[in-house]
Amino acid sequence: MATTTVPAPVSERLTRIWETAPGLFGALATVDHKTIGKRYLVTSIVFLILGGAEAAALRVQLARPDTSLMTPEAYNQIFSMHGITMIFWYASPVLSGFSNYMWPLMLGARDMACPRANALSYWTFLMSGVFLYTSALVGQMPDKGWFAYAPLTETAYAPGLNMDFYAIALTFLSVSTTVGAINFIVTLFKTRAPGMSVTRLPIFVWGTLTTSFAVIAAAPALTAACVMLYLDRRFGAHFYDAAFGGSAVLWQHLFWSFGHPWVYIVVLPAMGIVSDLIPTFCRRPLVGYTFVALATVSTGILGFGVWVHHMFATGLPATASSFFSAASMVITIPSAIAVFSWIATMWHGRPVFKTPMLFAAGFIILFVIGGVSGVATAANAYDLQLTDTYFIVAHLHYVLIGINVFAVMAGFYYWLPKITGKMLNEKLGKVNFWLMFIGFGVGFFPMHTLGLLGMPRRIYTYAAGLGWGWQNMWVTIGAFVFALGVAVFIANFFWSLVSGADAGPNPWDAPTLEWATPSPPPAYNFARIPIVAGRHPLWEGRDGEGAGRSLLDTGPILDQGRDTFGTTPLDAEPDEILRMPEDTMWPFFLSLSILVVAYGLVFNGLLLAVLGTVAALACIVGWFWPRRPPAASAGA
Amino acid sequence: MILPAVILTLTFAFTIVTENATAAPPADAVMTIEITGHRWWWEIKYSGDSSGPVTANEVHVPVGKPIRLELTSADVIHSFWIPQLAGKTDVIPGQRNIAWIEADAPGVYRGACTEYCGQQHANMAAFVVAQSPADFAQWLEHQRAAAGGAASDSVAAGFAVFQRSACASCHTIRGTSAAGRIGPDLTHLGSRATIAGGTLANNPGNLAGWIANPQTIKPGNVMPAIPLRSRDLQALLAYLETLR
Repeated sequence: MATTTVPAPVSERLTRIWETAPGLFGALATVDHKTIGKRYLVTSIVFLILGGAEAAALRVQLARPDTSLMTPEAYNQIFSMHGITMIFWYASPVLSGFSNYMWPLMLGARDMACPRANALSYWTFLMSGVFLYTSALVGQMPDKGWFAYAPLTETAYAPGLNMDFYAIALTFLSVSTTVGAINFIVTLFKTRAPGMSVTRLPIFVWGTLTTSFAVIAAAPALTAACVMLYLDRRFGAHFYDAAFGGSAVLWQHLFWSFGHPWVYIVVLPAMGIVSDLIPTFCRRPLVGYTFVALATVSTGILGFGVWVHHMFATGLPATASSFFSAASMVITIPSAIAVFSWIATMWHGRPVFKTPMLFAAGFIILFVIGGVSGVATAANAYDLQLTDTYFIVAHLHYVLIGINVFAVMAGFYYWLPKITGKMLNEKLGKVNFWLMFIGFGVGFFPMHTLGLLGMPRRIYTYAAGLGWGWQNMWVTIGAFVFALGVAVFIANFFWSLVSGADAGPNPWDAPTLEWATPSPPPAYNFARIPIVAGRHPLWEGRDGEGAGRSLLDTGPILDQGRDTFGTTPLDAEPDEILRMPEDTMWPFFLSLSILVVAYGLVFNGLLLAVLGTVAALACIVGWFWPRRPPAASAGA
Repeated sequence: MILPAVILTLTFAFTIVTENATAAPPADAVMTIEITGHRWWWEIKYSGDSSGPVTANEVHVPVGKPIRLELTSADVIHSFWIPQLAGKTDVIPGQRNIAWIEADAPGVYRGACTEYCGQQHANMAAFVVAQSPADFAQWLEHQRAAAGGAASDSVAAGFAVFQRSACASCHTIRGTSAAGRIGPDLTHLGSRATIAGGTLANNPGNLAGWIANPQTIKPGNVMPAIPLRSRDLQALLAYLETLR
């Protein structure tokens, strides 16, 4: 399938309309979803490396018993930052990066529905991360774990700024996730190409859509919990202080009613990546597309009914525990549907084990192991033995590395040729996979047995007589092999930029719309807006996919301004032509103002906080100040 | 689809049965022990016993008898776990959680705090010492007793050091004027196998090191380093030696 060609004057005009101005203004003002997506990806990988370096330090300390390489205070700060960084500033944003870059391309649009909100979502993500790591510069990183159980986080037990950084950084980040989620939802229901009905969406899109609804429903619980924590710490509010009628367990309910949906937020889009690339490398459509889409949505919904399985030991009534135990087991059903669908697709297809497919296959194996250990933790009676031991550390890493990192690696090997226009090195890719897969198994499997032997989580050292030493040494060795794999990936990325072969529009002969554009795609994505008539527009004419129904070469051009189609929510029938907004600095300035507020709040600089708030309000006024639109109706 | 449904249903059935069997203590529980979590040690009190033996970190129980545990915390959330005897029960301020244990064979069962509780979470071990009913009764009787009087001048000097050097403001020694409530009850310190929340074996050398430099051994713990002259330290140790 060749890419669409239009006469040179048309493509030049489109480029002029959509291209971001060069220089500093353009860099700070761009609203191009592809630039924002790339920034998300790079920033989240930087956080992955930071979190990985923290993990390496932890593993050196734990490799042998009675080690005193770092003080307990340092260990506690580093293990807390490892969790916070990986879960909040890597696992979810990296998927937002893929979604931002890929959604308009997959959906046949020229940008996200709210490009300026998209820019805001990135800048607040970046600046909240910068804010979080300021705590390292002042030597007071959060030290009460990513879960930060009250009342340990109250000033009586956490007198420094550490937990103020935590509460404010997470509240700050919630601006980013919420704005991003709203943007995805509006994009899905508004700006798909004509004919891209909901039954034709890639599973990855289903994943991010489900996730976006989950973010909107779940994030407020964490934000409220963090604001209450800040009020407790700075204004003596006693929300979590049992001595004054507060409740220590309140934090846990709020945190986990956010936290467990968040687990699905960081895995559902990743599962979507795998669901979409397996068909490409198996040369056949996904088996049971509808079931997988429904399983994705139902996992997202069920994910809200299982949070108490993190709290079985808190002394809740047995009846309540049993309910959550049952719900936690039921959630395995949609996951199993997805697994069977992937296996059936491979079974009935002709798998080609290029690097992305290798990572997808590794992902499935780790997903199944992590799922089985998940059922064990769902059984409340058994969980009372497992919870807060290294068994859980093993389980959560099988889930988060297995389902998130392996899928993300698959996604990089699959889509980087689209993003950079250059192929990655296949040999290095295989070395990369095997280092990560073997390193992961060596590193994380023994954590199961360590947990069963009674090793609690979050301990900075352990006595030699307990006999946990040799297995911990294995874990550390495995972790470093895994890290070497990540280093090979980064090397491969730079290798591809210098010496990678040109990718061409569709190097994998993949079926979905993003591959109909040149690699890298031009600023306007599609010269002609595609008219979609099937789930696999680039595979039409083979395997019973129907011939030539989607129109990729003859669709409308829309070159009178930043225009894209507005379509109806379900069937994606053309509804209107949306005029998309121009580049603007307001999202950047607004994020900067919020950063000033955050510093004001943490350093007790009332004046700074007030100044930041005034600046933020001014930015919002500037952003929404009515301007005479160039023509036609304006997008948001 | 049928096989997974059967497996899941069976798993859940077993879970419910086990849950029901283990959740509440049996009606014939012979005694209740109150366990209070502190950063970073366990206070253990034999309740329903007016003379109220209080000890730390080592829970003595009679073998073969179900024992009811009442768990609460003096500060942050901890979790009480003796892996070979029962699952975890969180130890939460402002809340009294009930658990129970029953040891089938005599022996020492090691466990630990399993809810992250701050800097020294790693050094908060707990032990259950299961004894034959006769041995246990003897042990309990011994724990009830107050500390004996000074047997010699050097011991009396040691107690003077204990009172003078602020030890008494945090520790209780029943039968003396020392009645602090912040640290462990030391009335029968010598009867315990470990000190400092299971961090060190209980012997005179470790005890001396602990008193001289608790912040090096267990950084961040609540016990301050109290500078003592060598002679005073020796006297203090001689006194503590008598607390069997």
